[in-house]
Amino acid sequence: MFQPSPWRADFPAIAALQRQHQTYLDNAATTQKPQALLDALSHYYGHGAANVHRAQHLPGALATQAFEATREKVAGWLNAADAQQIVFTHGATSALNLLAYGLEAQFEAGEEIAISALEHHANLLPWQQLAKRRGLRLVILPLDSSGHIDLDAALQLIGPRTRLLAVSQLSNVLGTWQPLQALLDHARAQGALTVVDGAQGVVHGRQDVRQLGCDFYVFSSHKLYGPDGVGVLYGRPEALARLRHWQFGGEMVQLADYQQASFRPAPLGFEAGTPPIAGVIGLGASLDYLASLDPHAVVEHEAALHRHLLRGLHDREGIRVLGQPQLALASFVVEGVHNSDLAHLLTEQGIAVRAGHHCAMPLLGSLGLDGAIRVSLALYNDSDDLQRFFSALDQGLELLR
Amino acid sequence: MSLSTAAQEALDSFEQASGWEQRARLLMQWGERLSALSDEEKSDDNRVHGCESKVWLVSRQQDGRWHFNAGSDARLIRGLLALLLVRVEGLSSAELQQLDLPAWFTQLGLGRQLSPSRSNGLNAVLQRMAQLAAGG
Repeated sequence: MFQPSPWRADFPAIAALQRQHQTYLDNAATTQKPQALLDALSHYYGHGAANVHRAQHLPGALATQAFEATREKVAGWLNAADAQQIVFTHGATSALNLLAYGLEAQFEAGEEIAISALEHHANLLPWQQLAKRRGLRLVILPLDSSGHIDLDAALQLIGPRTRLLAVSQLSNVLGTWQPLQALLDHARAQGALTVVDGAQGVVHGRQDVRQLGCDFYVFSSHKLYGPDGVGVLYGRPEALARLRHWQFGGEMVQLADYQQASFRPAPLGFEAGTPPIAGVIGLGASLDYLASLDPHAVVEHEAALHRHLLRGLHDREGIRVLGQPQLALASFVVEGVHNSDLAHLLTEQGIAVRAGHHCAMPLLGSLGLDGAIRVSLALYNDSDDLQRFFSALDQGLELLR
Repeated sequence: MSLSTAAQEALDSFEQASGWEQRARLLMQWGERLSALSDEEKSDDNRVHGCESKVWLVSRQQDGRWHFNAGSDARLIRGLLALLLVRVEGLSSAELQQLDLPAWFTQLGLGRQLSPSRSNGLNAVLQRMAQLAAGG
C-alpha cells in the first residue's frame, strides 16, 4: 500500500533529486531543507546582512533580533527555561569539543569519564583526548545484543570516581533509544556532570531537557532540517557556569587591555567571532516549520516507514540487521557480500544510502565488522522511496551472488 | 602513449557496455583477472588506506619498468584495480608520471568512481602510484 508523505512537497530538493533519479535515504547524515528555510536565507541576504551584537545601526539591530529570536525558539523547542541557556556553535562536534575543553579544569588525574560503546566519533574523541591530556580513565559502557547500553553493567561502572557521563540519546548506527533517564539520574546521584549527544535524538520527536535533567544537551542544526554550520549547546545554568572560556576573540570579551581580559558568561562568552548568522536565522525558520506540523502525524509516518524498512530487510535472505532498531534507520550487512560492492551498485541505481563505519569505528569493530550499509529516513520519505531501495537492493544482490 | 593490447581490449568492452548492470558485470570479470596476493603481499606496508574496503598495492621495478599487482576484499574494487593495472603495466616512471589516469577511467565510463566523495580507494591507489613514480 502506498504511503505518501504529506510534507514531501515542502522540501523542494526532493523533487530536484528525483529528477536526477536519486532516492535520498541518508538522512541521518544530513537532511534536505524546507522551503521556509530557503525563504529565510534568501530574505536575510536579500534584505541586508549585518553582524550581530555589535552595531547600533538598523541592519545590525534587525539581524541581532532575528538571531536572538532563534535562541528563543531553540529554547522553546527543547523546553529550556531560558534562552540564555542556549549557546550556538558551529556544529554538534564543535559543541562537544567546547565541552571537552571548557570542562578540562574540572578533572584531576585518575578520575573517570564514562561514555558508551556506541558513541559517534564526535562524542568519543573529544573525551578520549581530554582523558589523555589530564590522565583520566575513559570508561566504556557496554551494550546488550539489541543495541542498548547494558543498564545493569552501566550502573555498576558509573561510580563515585565518575566525573562525567556523555552518551548518545539515539544511536546513529543501531537506531536504538538509549536508557537515558536511568543513566542520567544515576550519574547525577554520583555527582557526575551529564552530557547528552542529541544529534540523532532531537530529530525524532520533541525532547525535553528539563525532564531529562541533563547538564548539557548537544545537537546539530543540519540534521534537524536546518542549515549546516550551526550547532546547539544547551546547558543548565550551574553547569554553564563551570565552563572555562575556550575560544577567544570578538564579542566574547567584556574588557580587554594588552595584557588582560575578562569574558562574558554564556551564551555570548562561548560564541567568539562572528557566528553563523544566516544559519542561525535559518534554523529558526526550520523550527517554525517543524512546529507547524502535527507531531503525532510525523511520528506515525516515520514509524510506519521504519516498519516497512525492517520488514523488507527481514524478508530477504542473508541480511543481518545490526541491533534491533526502533526508529529512523537500520544498518545491515549481507552474508557473503562486501558492503562496498553493494554500496557501489546501489549508487549506480541512484539510491543514496551510506556505507562504511558511520563515524563509529569502535562500535563496528566490536560487532566484528568493518562497515555496514545504513538506510535512514526523514519525514519527507515515502513508501515509494523504500520500494526503489528494495528493488535496487534485489538487483544488486542478484548481480553479486 | 599507445594502449597495450589488453588495455585496448578493456576500452573496447567498456565502451560497448550499455547500462550499469553490464558495466558491473564487466568490472567483476576484470577483477577475476587479478592474480591473488599472497599473505606476505597483504602486508601493512602494501595496504592503501582511505578505502571502504581493504586494498593492497604491490609494486616492483625491473629494468626501469613498473610492474604492479593489487588486491582487495571487495569485488568491484578488484575490477577497478585490474583496469588500472592493465593501463600502467610495464611503464617507466616518466611514462607513469605523464599518464592521465583519471582520463583513462573517464574513457572507460567509470570517471565517477574517482569523485572526491567516493571512498572506494581508487583515488588513494592513484596517489600511491604517483608517489612511487616520483620516487617518493
